[in-house]
Amino acid sequence: MAERLRADLVLEYPFTRTTGPVIGAFLTGLREGIILGIRRPDGTVLCPPTEYDPESSEPLTELVEVGPGGELVSWTWVDPPRSQSPWDRPHGLGLIRLDGAATPMVHGLLVSGPDELAVGMRVTARWRSEREGHIADLEGFVPEGADQ
Amino acid sequence: MRDIAVVSVAQHQEKALTHTTEVELMVPLINQARGAVGLTQDDIGFTCSGSSDFLAGQAFSFVHTLDAVGAVPPISESHVEMDGAWALYEAWVKLQIGAVDTALVYSYGKSSPGSLRDVLSTQLDPYYLGPLWPDAFAMAGLQARIMLESGAVSEQRLAEIAVRSLNGAAENPLAVRSSAAATVDHVLAEAPIADPLRPSDCAASADGGVAVVLAAGDRARELCDRPAWIKGIDHRIDPHQPGVRDLTRAPSAHKAAAQAGAGDDRLDAAELAAPFTTQEHILEVELGLVPETAVNASGGALAGHTMMAAGLMRIADAAQQIHDGRADRVLGHAASGLYLQQNLVCVMEGE
Repeated sequence: MAERLRADLVLEYPFTRTTGPVIGAFLTGLREGIILGIRRPDGTVLCPPTEYDPESSEPLTELVEVGPGGELVSWTWVDPPRSQSPWDRPHGLGLIRLDGAATPMVHGLLVSGPDELAVGMRVTARWRSEREGHIADLEGFVPEGADQ
Repeated sequence: MRDIAVVSVAQHQEKALTHTTEVELMVPLINQARGAVGLTQDDIGFTCSGSSDFLAGQAFSFVHTLDAVGAVPPISESHVEMDGAWALYEAWVKLQIGAVDTALVYSYGKSSPGSLRDVLSTQLDPYYLGPLWPDAFAMAGLQARIMLESGAVSEQRLAEIAVRSLNGAAENPLAVRSSAAATVDHVLAEAPIADPLRPSDCAASADGGVAVVLAAGDRARELCDRPAWIKGIDHRIDPHQPGVRDLTRAPSAHKAAAQAGAGDDRLDAAELAAPFTTQEHILEVELGLVPETAVNASGGALAGHTMMAAGLMRIADAAQQIHDGRADRVLGHAASGLYLQQNLVCVMEGE
């Protein structure tokens, strides 16, 4: 019998995308351990930053550092953790308005139970030691003072 | 503008269509919708469908489903990767252009092979939100807490909406979650699933499909004793990032309702495609619904949420009430995206 022919099939998405001047800057900032927002024409700061103003559609360009501390605007509790998320244990999910920003961003809340969470509480960013320019370079947010 | 009406509807929904393909699901529905008004595919001027390759797990999956329509000899056909309500909008535009007098619109979704609340993470932006895989219930939980803390709604009101759905669904054989006996106290006693949301606040996901026939002018009068005339239809969208929006509101729903003339006269019934009680409450406010309007007599999307079809099903439910003579003026609503980001409103009247 003839030798069977074999070939590997790798299912892949063999393209790279540029993340552009605004999202790219934000992700690069994360790699450096800083969080960037972007200033709107009215002077307020959007974080996470968008390339265009959500109301007027004007291009936005002025990046501003915000955080790493902020206020918890809303929260929920995720138990069990979702299998593809960056978190492998029950955690909070929050809307966090960072100092200097007018809008909140979504991220994880690293506490041991929902009774440790309250709207209006102060939280601060916890960074991963190895960072690659990805939203999960932020491990999540912890109550202010928890990491000191 | 041409007078255009929904003249026939057919739908099916159940908890999981495990052994039924999309084609097998749609063949009887499409035959039923066309057959009820005595049409074959040869009589249909334009065909438009709505579905999702993400749910089917295959690119161009809608092409397979055309087998349920019959595409030989060739037909004039289009597809939207959206809820079928937007396919209906495209067909309505096509009929307005005037080259054809009839259209077949259908949509379907099977989300049971996966976990819909997780799959929905893939509709989020791929940089800030998607990589965190925040599931749909958790995202809705964030909105719910803002609504409760700001006083935009009360837990009591959310439970009332859940009970309205559970009770209404008891009369609807297509609902997948119902309870004639449910009360506000029962719902308030449920443990949270995405604090502060309880299981009854979150739509029960379902598999299903719906087919609708549209016709213009005298053709509609020939085909149907009491056509559901589309008096206004409009769709609008809000920004995607949750942080830039007031999560207690849905301005695009308000605008679509105003453009569709929802408030120009009394509405007998409204069918809303809200996947959460919080969002059903927002819609009642944005659409300006009054207590005299029967909201979600079918149980609405809460009683069975077929992804990609829940909106067209609401329009079909509303149109059916005109066909049956149960109502004279109705509203069907469809939504898409995070926090009711995109909304479509269709106002229909009988003669």
